Amino acid sequence: MATLTKQKIGSVLAKQGILVAFALFIIAFTFANPKFLSVDNLFSVIRSSAILGIMALGVTFVVISGNLDLSVGSMMSFSTIVVLDLHDKIGPFLAIPAMFAMTLCLGAFIGFLVGYLKLNSLIVTLGMLSAIHGLTLTYSGGKNMDIADKEGTWFSVFGQGTALGIPVPILIFLGLAAVLGLVLARTPFGRKVYAVGGNGTAATFSGIRRARTVFLCYVMSSACVAVAGLIQASRSLGSQNTVGQGLELEVLAAVILGGASLMGGSGTIFKTVIGVLILGFIQNGLLLLGLQFYVQFVVTWVIIILAVWLDIAAKRGKLWSPIA
Amino acid sequence: MTDPVLRLEGIVKTFPGVRALDGVSLSVMPGEVHALMGENGAGKSTLMKVLGGIHQPNEGRILMDEKPVVMAGPLEAKAKGIVFIHQELSLAEELTVAENIYLGELPKKSFGRVDWATLFSKTDAILKKLNVGFGAKTRVGSLSIANQQMVEIARALTVDAKAVIFDEPTASLTDAEKVVLFDVISDLQKSGVGIVYISHRMEEIFKITDRITVLRDGQYQGTVETRETDEEKVTQMMIGRKLDLSRNASHHELGDVALEVRGLSCGKLYDDISFDIRRGEVVGFYGLVGAGRTEIAETLFGLRDPSKGKILLDGEEVRLNSPSDAIARGISLVPEDRKGQGLVLGMNCRDNMTLPQVDDLKAGPFVAEGAEVAIFDLYRDKLDIRTPGWKQKVGNLSGGNQQKIVIGKWLSMKPSVLIVDEPTRGIDVGSKSEIHKLLRELAAQGYAVMVISSEMPEVLHVSDRIVAMYSGRIMRTFTSEEVTEDSLIQAISGIGGDKAA
Repeated sequence: MATLTKQKIGSVLAKQGILVAFALFIIAFTFANPKFLSVDNLFSVIRSSAILGIMALGVTFVVISGNLDLSVGSMMSFSTIVVLDLHDKIGPFLAIPAMFAMTLCLGAFIGFLVGYLKLNSLIVTLGMLSAIHGLTLTYSGGKNMDIADKEGTWFSVFGQGTALGIPVPILIFLGLAAVLGLVLARTPFGRKVYAVGGNGTAATFSGIRRARTVFLCYVMSSACVAVAGLIQASRSLGSQNTVGQGLELEVLAAVILGGASLMGGSGTIFKTVIGVLILGFIQNGLLLLGLQFYVQFVVTWVIIILAVWLDIAAKRGKLWSPIA
Repeated sequence: MTDPVLRLEGIVKTFPGVRALDGVSLSVMPGEVHALMGENGAGKSTLMKVLGGIHQPNEGRILMDEKPVVMAGPLEAKAKGIVFIHQELSLAEELTVAENIYLGELPKKSFGRVDWATLFSKTDAILKKLNVGFGAKTRVGSLSIANQQMVEIARALTVDAKAVIFDEPTASLTDAEKVVLFDVISDLQKSGVGIVYISHRMEEIFKITDRITVLRDGQYQGTVETRETDEEKVTQMMIGRKLDLSRNASHHELGDVALEVRGLSCGKLYDDISFDIRRGEVVGFYGLVGAGRTEIAETLFGLRDPSKGKILLDGEEVRLNSPSDAIARGISLVPEDRKGQGLVLGMNCRDNMTLPQVDDLKAGPFVAEGAEVAIFDLYRDKLDIRTPGWKQKVGNLSGGNQQKIVIGKWLSMKPSVLIVDEPTRGIDVGSKSEIHKLLRELAAQGYAVMVISSEMPEVLHVSDRIVAMYSGRIMRTFTSEEVTEDSLIQAISGIGGDKAA
């Protein structure tokens, strides 16, 4: 009983802790640069977070199922390069489904290795991070990919268009978040994802097909990556092979910042969206403070460590304990 | 009269909103085995944490040899001669027995090298005292659970122990292994060590303890001489009411054969197993740990492939390739390890209960939450599950209520065959008898029930027939009228069992 209440207090504090830190950040940034809280700036933060956010939606499923996905960054580069290349070869109407099919194959392959063969997801996706990067370079021959006629294609609508005055990437991000939020919270599949991540053995003993559930999480994640790649390609209409490099850590940071546990079994889409926004605002704030963009790499890492620490501290109700 | 080796006096410990211990006193004489009893949540663990220096008491004193002491932390408690033997083992499996025993204080030579000769000779001296059948150089992972427990005990003996606290030491031991443990306890006793023995198992308490202290809801209920009391009185002190301990005599109208197993084998795990269970019947499977009972249950639930033999449900031969196959065929398994296999502890009560049928409870693409709540309410009332509401996380419930959630989960699937594996392990006395009653009622409603248990009173209490297993084979099947404790023990030890199925 007693330890229970203590844990509750600890977990509330840990969750609030992130929000409190976030509030302090915003106040400090606003004092340092009043532009921070302007509507233009807020819009720009959300728009620039959309690609990261869409990938984070998929990774949320993977993390709740008790696994990791470190391959999303290089997979996003792959999608971007492929769709740009095919755009000129077979036209955007065919290029988009073709790119989705290829990206989903990558997700299915990872899902097969982690779900059905039960290989460690860290090793598999870390390997895939590098393997997919190699695949992308092989595909492009190492060259940057550009669309020949940048003015004359409707393809730019996904990254540059607006509807009702709102940039399309934001609409796609929020729309996908709403749909996937419902899938996770309300459908049998979502329930199974929580069960498999919370206690895989008990899920199996309840007749849930654990391998299939994990497999579907990775397919879901790769579908989100494909959407992110589409927006990235459409926004720039040309790209380097390394466009998604390093995004996997930012995505993971956003998911964990939102409160999904790396041990699996907890987290929600809504919290991930909050995590994405927090990360976006902090990175934007650092830029407005006049810091170089590469400072954010260090800050992102510090945030990951803090979030993981708070996650564990919330579980045991103390910031530090000799036993885990 | 000698002074107590350890005395706790008027201990009060409060946590925000809870008075976990309210004026608890306990004294342990040298050479005494003192039982500490109480239902789950009565405050036994909190009291031991106060004694072990993990919690500081708000009021009250701890005295050793009649001198007040303050336990600032676990290391200090150990240094003062208070030693805990925990239910859950904390050993490094890949290290040797000697390394485990002296972990953290290995004898050293120059340049920090381990002095292996001293280590092994010191360890062997301790092991000799315990009279165990393994040596200092044995790898811990290769030992049985009982022997691993001996290693824990040996570790305790490296300090000059004044009081040793055993916390549910027999939870994972077989009857034969318990005998060895009790010998060790009586040796400790003879050397003048005071022993606190925490257990839910009455027969052990009455076999080995001298006095019994009972807690209920953090309150001290009193201390009695074991000789002058009986199970009923102690139970009454613990739960404040009487307990039904009679043997099963009621038989229900038996229906058709629901489950039939013919010549089932699975590698070295079990061999040539044949039995049947009729509707309305409870068949108990009794045997030592490792006799192959759990493996049979897992095969029937589609978790293992049999190498030979047939499984028939309602007379029809079936192949069960996965738990979902088994569930679809009307077989349910309440597994042995409640927390590891039965429940998702971080999930709420309702979601745990409806997990196997979540695919079928749909309203459009979504889970029909109303239908789920209805199922939860139904089984909460039927099974008398005590929880503040369905939103409560299962991990916050007591062991007995957790087990009822698992049972409710499978009853809601309306199975024809219900398999329960160690249904009352780690559950307090009151909930235990409730679950026994429930199993009898389920049979009366026409379920075919297979109960696997390592506790003889439990098997006797619930079964219409008892299958005795030894080393992967069925030795004998008894009816509840003909079974005697002696014949049952003989059968599961592999002696004198006439082979009759």
